[in-house]
Amino acid sequence: MKKPLLIVYICAGDPTPEATPDLVRRLARAGADIIELGLPHSDPVADGPTIQAAAQRAIAAGMNTDIYFKAAAEADVDIPKVFMGYYNMIYARGLERFVRDCASSGITGMIVPDLPPEEAGPLQEASRSAGVDLIFLAAPNTPQERLEMIRAQTSGFLYLVARAGVTGARSDILQGTRDFIARVPQGVPRAVGFGISTPKQAAEVIRAGADAAIVGSACVDLIARGEIEQLMQLVREMKEAITEAEKDKNPIVC
Amino acid sequence: MISQTYDADDTKFGRYGGRFVPEILMPPVMEVAEAYERLRTSQDFRADLDGLLKSFAGRPTPLYHARNLSRKLGRQIYLKREDLVHGGAHKLNNTLGQALVAKRMGKTRLIAETGAGQHGVATAIVGANLGFDVQVYMGEVDIKRQKMNVYRMELMGAEVIPVRSGSRTLKDAINEAFRDWAATFDHTYYLFGTAAGPHPYPAMVRDFQSVIGREAKEQIREADGQLPESIAACVGGGSNAMGIFAPFLKDDVRLIAVEAGGRGRGRTERTADNGASLGCGTDGVLHGALTRILQDPFGQILESYSLAAGLDYPGVGPELAYLTEKGRVIPRMADDKTALRGFRELSSLEGIIPALESAHAVGYALQNPEELGEMAIINISGRGDKDLQTVMEYENL
Ligand SMILES: Cc1ncc(COP(=O)(O)O)c(C=O)c1O
Repeated sequence: MKKPLLIVYICAGDPTPEATPDLVRRLARAGADIIELGLPHSDPVADGPTIQAAAQRAIAAGMNTDIYFKAAAEADVDIPKVFMGYYNMIYARGLERFVRDCASSGITGMIVPDLPPEEAGPLQEASRSAGVDLIFLAAPNTPQERLEMIRAQTSGFLYLVARAGVTGARSDILQGTRDFIARVPQGVPRAVGFGISTPKQAAEVIRAGADAAIVGSACVDLIARGEIEQLMQLVREMKEAITEAEKDKNPIVC
Repeated sequence: MISQTYDADDTKFGRYGGRFVPEILMPPVMEVAEAYERLRTSQDFRADLDGLLKSFAGRPTPLYHARNLSRKLGRQIYLKREDLVHGGAHKLNNTLGQALVAKRMGKTRLIAETGAGQHGVATAIVGANLGFDVQVYMGEVDIKRQKMNVYRMELMGAEVIPVRSGSRTLKDAINEAFRDWAATFDHTYYLFGTAAGPHPYPAMVRDFQSVIGREAKEQIREADGQLPESIAACVGGGSNAMGIFAPFLKDDVRLIAVEAGGRGRGRTERTADNGASLGCGTDGVLHGALTRILQDPFGQILESYSLAAGLDYPGVGPELAYLTEKGRVIPRMADDKTALRGFRELSSLEGIIPALESAHAVGYALQNPEELGEMAIINISGRGDKDLQTVMEYENL
């Protein structure tokens, strides 16, 4: 895939399960390079108020794991779709069945924010045999030796949590985020998320050396307000901004 | 030097337990584990804690031979009087221990979750006494049913933060506390209230609560010259139960864990009619551990139900899940009505008003005396003053 990449998160089933496949198609057309399709959970500890509310709406609208995979399969786009969701949802279905369903609905990777590498052995084994990537997260407070371990364990890409706290739109990019990107060992694509809500912020993390920018809460916010045109506009602008940023990337940083 | 990676087996009881937390929380959780590992064998730490347990918390608590209850049930019943611990419940045993850990880690702020408000109160107490800023997350629903405890926390300088997400009860208060900690771990310590959560909390909270069982063992030997045939304790997350059970695990003593039977075994789409994760739950991951939880077939966590706010939790500590599976601990249920019977009868028979939580263990004993054997200890985990309003309202319905 041609870098830099724009990864767009939406919560499947928000506002309704029926709306999801078409949203995915439109996001792909607007310039998303990867769709991160969230499976709503009752207890999303890593998420801020925006995504929590989306999960509640989706569950209330009837979203469940069966419908999730149907919607994912129906969203027949030619960009990768990646699962994002909490471990208990996978555990409840059975690891093998879950990754099989991923593979057969065109999901090529999984992000499980509450599953550290130490606990991931069984899912890693299952996902490997199904040919699905298991993508791990690293955070700014992850010490260096641990970061090396996580980098060695992740497949597909490494998800860098841009800052302490939970998901949610923020107005700035911290110097800490830049330093964090710079200290991630080479050898795996680095996607940065948590708090990126504007084209300017997306461009900044690309300039700081990231290979991909992840935008979530900002999109979920627009969906909550029914502003789908504005959402597509935001995605187009983000894609443009990171493409521009790639051109004046400072080679010393990466 | 904190080890940056670990073997998952070291964080488990059989297959239960572990650390299922976002990566941002890994370093803070590991820092707590490392600090506790260092301090648990430190004599200086032990001396500080023992001093506070004695002079501030009021330990040891009596093991009281309940004469009237014994006569009624035709067997010897002893009550471990955790209701007499300062604050009105066993919760202070744990908050004192963890607050001293936090102090030695150099943290200045404590956060906690609370359901009934008892753990929040116990955290507010240590915050005032040992000099921490305290913020307590409490579900909006629980704030309404435990107004007195909210006021107590505020009097002692703690701030109570209403939780409006999810079911607006204990489980969501825990989620909210984790979210807070993910942004504040530099100066903040998460003081978890029960023997659940990610490692090391289940083991650490059990250890701090084990003072209950250690005392009881000595006291019963002195009083009766032998160990009891059984011990009954109520189970929310499992801290008072593990606290009294732990020193007896290798002995020939029947350990009965009484969960909230609520309205019964049923459930609707999002809500279970009980808080009985051992009795009605299945394996799953909640609040950082693999344990027994109440969930729907897709893995969504159900809202639990119990008249006792402290038992109204859809999970349980991983060690109890493990001991139950091994057959070492026997899971039982007492429904609302049984608990109310325990509440009323202990009050009128012995002049002791138990917490509605503890009343589950009492009610179970009243209903199944033969299971207790010839001699039993019931853990009275707290006092019932906080529940008078709830009971009055229930009886007026
Ligand atoms: C008096 C009392 N007993 C029992 C409990 C249940 O907690 P645990 O199972 O951790 O002892 C609570 C919780 O708030 C409580 O206040």
